[in-house]
Amino acid sequence: MPIKYPSARAGLEGVTGSLPAPVEKPDAAKDRITGLDALELGGKSEKGSLGKRFWRSAWPKLLAIGIVVLVWQIVVWAEWKPVYVLPGPATVFEDLGTLIKTGDFWDGVRVTMLRAVTGFGLAVLIGTIVGAAVSRFTPLRAAIGSLITGLQTMPSIMWFPLAILLFQLSESAILFVVVIGAAPSVANGLISGIDYVPRTWLRVGQVLGMTGFAKYRHLILPASLPSFISGLKQGWAFSWRSLMAGELLVIVPGALSIGVRMQQARDLNESSLVISFIIVVLVIGILIDVLFNAADNALRKRWGLTGS
Amino acid sequence: MTTVEADPVQTGQAVVSLDSVSKQYGSGSNALLALDKVSLTVRKGEFVCLLGASGCGKSTLLSLIAGLDKISAGTLDIGGRHVSLMFQEAALFPWLSVSGNVELPMRLRGVARAERKQRAEELLDIVRLKGFGDKRPHELSGGMRQRVALARALAQNADILLMDEPFGALDAMTRDILHDELERIWREQELTVVFVTHNVREAVRLGDRVILLSSRPGRVIEDFPVTHERPRRIDSPEVAGQAAEITDRLRAEVARHAN
Repeated sequence: MPIKYPSARAGLEGVTGSLPAPVEKPDAAKDRITGLDALELGGKSEKGSLGKRFWRSAWPKLLAIGIVVLVWQIVVWAEWKPVYVLPGPATVFEDLGTLIKTGDFWDGVRVTMLRAVTGFGLAVLIGTIVGAAVSRFTPLRAAIGSLITGLQTMPSIMWFPLAILLFQLSESAILFVVVIGAAPSVANGLISGIDYVPRTWLRVGQVLGMTGFAKYRHLILPASLPSFISGLKQGWAFSWRSLMAGELLVIVPGALSIGVRMQQARDLNESSLVISFIIVVLVIGILIDVLFNAADNALRKRWGLTGS
Repeated sequence: MTTVEADPVQTGQAVVSLDSVSKQYGSGSNALLALDKVSLTVRKGEFVCLLGASGCGKSTLLSLIAGLDKISAGTLDIGGRHVSLMFQEAALFPWLSVSGNVELPMRLRGVARAERKQRAEELLDIVRLKGFGDKRPHELSGGMRQRVALARALAQNADILLMDEPFGALDAMTRDILHDELERIWREQELTVVFVTHNVREAVRLGDRVILLSSRPGRVIEDFPVTHERPRRIDSPEVAGQAAEITDRLRAEVARHAN
């Protein structure tokens, strides 16, 4: 379609006499818009190689670890406590190195991680169901909305006496506390995600005629995903803490978990081993956190919520 | 309301008819009258621009036509036609790709996968975004996102396209080019468009008619037919001339609220 502006030209001609007739290629309008698109998208910034980016995010963490180890070593050198109570980093890292080469240690990690995954999985299931129900039905929300937040602030160790009475010294007692510690965070993440779906998206949903299930499937649930993921992340942190408390308090016969092994090391006055287990628990916690952050970052990047 | 009987677009079939439509929010002493006895008719294939200062209820009017809100009094008839509405924000869903967003209305209607994929490609071609289907919305510029929103609106197979200041957030250059594009798509797709704006030149550039609304409450002040030959340019003397005439009326209306 040739684009000309006869009316505009007619108007101008009255004023200026004669203008050269604007001759446009048939594709001129198309060229204009494609050209504008190309200009607006611009070039992409180079972020550097994978190795470089890894180093950039890794060095502050390495520095922090270095500082902690240094302070620790200084305290040991100062002989604040005898070395058999507070051993230095060299001794601990050596014992830790020996520890992680034993099959026994990995059996313990397996017992603990199995509990963590089962407990967290159950917490996610229950938290999601409760969260969805609470945000769907207003009376339910008035009834238990604040209760969920209250549960979230409750120190999980407070549940153990009751859990032990209910389930004796068993796996169920530990699971009970892990689930009750983590599920409220998962539920709250989902509830706030659903509450804060942007109004403009809801209006688009209305315009597109979304109702009932389709509205949840195509709008509410995907839109609440970022908040749900932070709920999961927080839920994991709570379940991991509850689990560690549980493993120290509830010794299930035959299950030599990380907590049980740590308790044994304390009974034998092996400080070095106790500190080794602290480091193991810390490292597992950090690794899982890295996984959640990776999921969160991937989502943010996909949605364009990052600054890049 | 002035009507020009000879104008061919005005002899078409009425697709939107409002007769003394009022809209009131709240009740009692807090009641706010947003629209007061608005009567207007939009005919098939017509491009109607609604123009007014703040508080004239332009957006309310679109919500009523789109069925997102209920009228308080009068009659509103769209003859059961399908309506689509575009906003100032493209409001694309970030969890879907560009073509996923365009396919969504068809998915909700239960159109088969292969068919909706093909249709989405056609629609992206219409808005000149061929090859951008796999991109994410945030990877596009504002003008491009607005065109995706247009493609999504077209995917609804609506008879009436309502646009609520769709180019309000764009820069002048992009807006100018999108006017050309919208005009072309309106003509090629034989759409009926109701376009809300507070930009007088934009209204004269695009509309077959410019309907001027008063503020608080919204009433129809005057209905200006725009008869300049298309395609028009926003900077042509005719558009500028008529825009000046309408701006004078708009200024008088705004000044009325000084007291």
